[in-house]
Amino acid sequence: MTTHLMQLAGVDKSFGSTRALKNISMLVEPGKILCLLGDNGAGKSTLIKILSGYHQPTSGKVYFENEEVRFASPREARQRGIATVHQDVGSIPLMSVGRNFFLGAEPKTGVWPFQRIDTNFANREAVRQMQKFGLTRVTNGEQLVGTMSGGERQVLAIGRAMYFGAKLLILDEPTSALGVKEAAMVLKMMRIARKNGAGIVFITHNARHAMSVGDDFCVLIQGEVAASFSRGEKSREDVLNLMAGGELLSELEEEIEQID
Amino acid sequence: MIKSIVRRPETGAFAAFLLTYLFFAAATSGNGFVSVNGTAGWMNLAAELGIVAIPIGLLMICGEFDLSIGSTVGAASMILALGTNHFGLPIWPMVFLALAGGALIGLCNGLAVVKTKLPSFIVTLATNFIVIGATMGFSRLIANVTSSSVIASDSAKFVFAARWGQANISIVWWVLVALAGFWVLSRSVFGNWIYATGGNLDAARGAGVPVQRVKISLFVATGTAAALVGILQAVQWNSGNSTYGMGYVFQAPIVVVIGGVLLTGGYGSVVGVVFGTALFGAISSGIFYTGWNTDWIQLFLGVLLGIAVLANNYVRRLALSSS
Repeated sequence: MTTHLMQLAGVDKSFGSTRALKNISMLVEPGKILCLLGDNGAGKSTLIKILSGYHQPTSGKVYFENEEVRFASPREARQRGIATVHQDVGSIPLMSVGRNFFLGAEPKTGVWPFQRIDTNFANREAVRQMQKFGLTRVTNGEQLVGTMSGGERQVLAIGRAMYFGAKLLILDEPTSALGVKEAAMVLKMMRIARKNGAGIVFITHNARHAMSVGDDFCVLIQGEVAASFSRGEKSREDVLNLMAGGELLSELEEEIEQID
Repeated sequence: MIKSIVRRPETGAFAAFLLTYLFFAAATSGNGFVSVNGTAGWMNLAAELGIVAIPIGLLMICGEFDLSIGSTVGAASMILALGTNHFGLPIWPMVFLALAGGALIGLCNGLAVVKTKLPSFIVTLATNFIVIGATMGFSRLIANVTSSSVIASDSAKFVFAARWGQANISIVWWVLVALAGFWVLSRSVFGNWIYATGGNLDAARGAGVPVQRVKISLFVATGTAAALVGILQAVQWNSGNSTYGMGYVFQAPIVVVIGGVLLTGGYGSVVGVVFGTALFGAISSGIFYTGWNTDWIQLFLGVLLGIAVLANNYVRRLALSSS
């Protein structure tokens, strides 16, 4: 039997009387990128929070590595190897690259009471890991993270998660605030992470970015899976229309044209 | 190279200290400001403030504030005075009781701030009043005094009040606290957590940093350091008084900010705080040597604080500008 990395089966999530997610089923495989597409308010955030352990589903089942799980906290999910990288990244601008990279898992040297952070190792290793993912501009681990670009910070955060053994990366809009080159850098990094065997859930509303790296696609509309398909099964136009809720997009374009 | 030095949080404090020192050295030339005794003089003034300023600095880097240090100093001195004088107990157990009292006040501050999520500014302002009120009230209730003399053993007198010429043993304590603070902040794992907690609380929590423990530990360290100052003063002056230390309530955060610590947290260094405190000592003592009215000290400090806040903001922006 093959090992699925993460699987949702008939997951529902309600907040009071609001059903945020309805009967969601999806599958994340190791070494594959699953793109989660959807317009604002489609339920992407709620779904991420279930995957990363912030929320528990109201009903339905969640499997991680073929085993049914119910994470009590994000910490528990993280311990199983589920890493979430948010759009705002969660790095600390006034701290160095090395200190950021190893925050919460600092390498130590020396014996107590003179035990200290192994700064040399931290700086060297952080830079090495980031270069492995194609980031060559940062060469000094002492550099403050605040001086790095948004894309570079994404690379730092993803590289960090991979280094600490993440099996599943949940990337929440990692490219949407970035320029073209920066986004390309992050997309390239996702390919490298995939090659290293990580499963990736790539949340985005940019169909072009999704099509350029995705293996599988899942479109959410109003809390439901509107379509789920594999690479090459649908054109970019189809995907865009799906995200906008069916045929509405072309109608919208006609309406816009009529204004002129 | 030059840019990387300017960016360091302690550079401004060092430059300000150097300028002030040279100014007073020139303005008071021949009066003994730069002599061994003159140096011991300003270091004495700086030392006791420095002992509380260092943990306050770490606390401010982690994003919190403590205004209760003033009354903790007085409370510790009264524990020593009432214990040794009124109850006739030996001094050493009282020393540990006073330190434990300081730690307990810090623990209460820390728990209150972490659990209520209220600004520590207001929580510790309340503590400051509670502690001084309680110290005065209980002192009156127990011994019908609010100040009392201290009976110290020879060993305690040596440890807390020894003098070599003009130099007071407080200077040694200051150096020890500074070395410990420097080690913790810039070398230890805990220091990394302090910066992270103040720099981005959510990110620190997300990375598994026990942010609540970091904050509570620093409140405890601050309370303990304030108690140590109370003990030093009580033994040196042979008396305890509930109002000892009230001056530190604002002096400590002032020298911390002059030392380059950002008010918003996340940036600063112990070396900077040490220079900020030394600057305070040099001004307080230097004015005295010039023969000017000591009222000018406040003006000086106020102006320096204003400049420091602006300079720190500038340094932060510089640090974040791409190299």
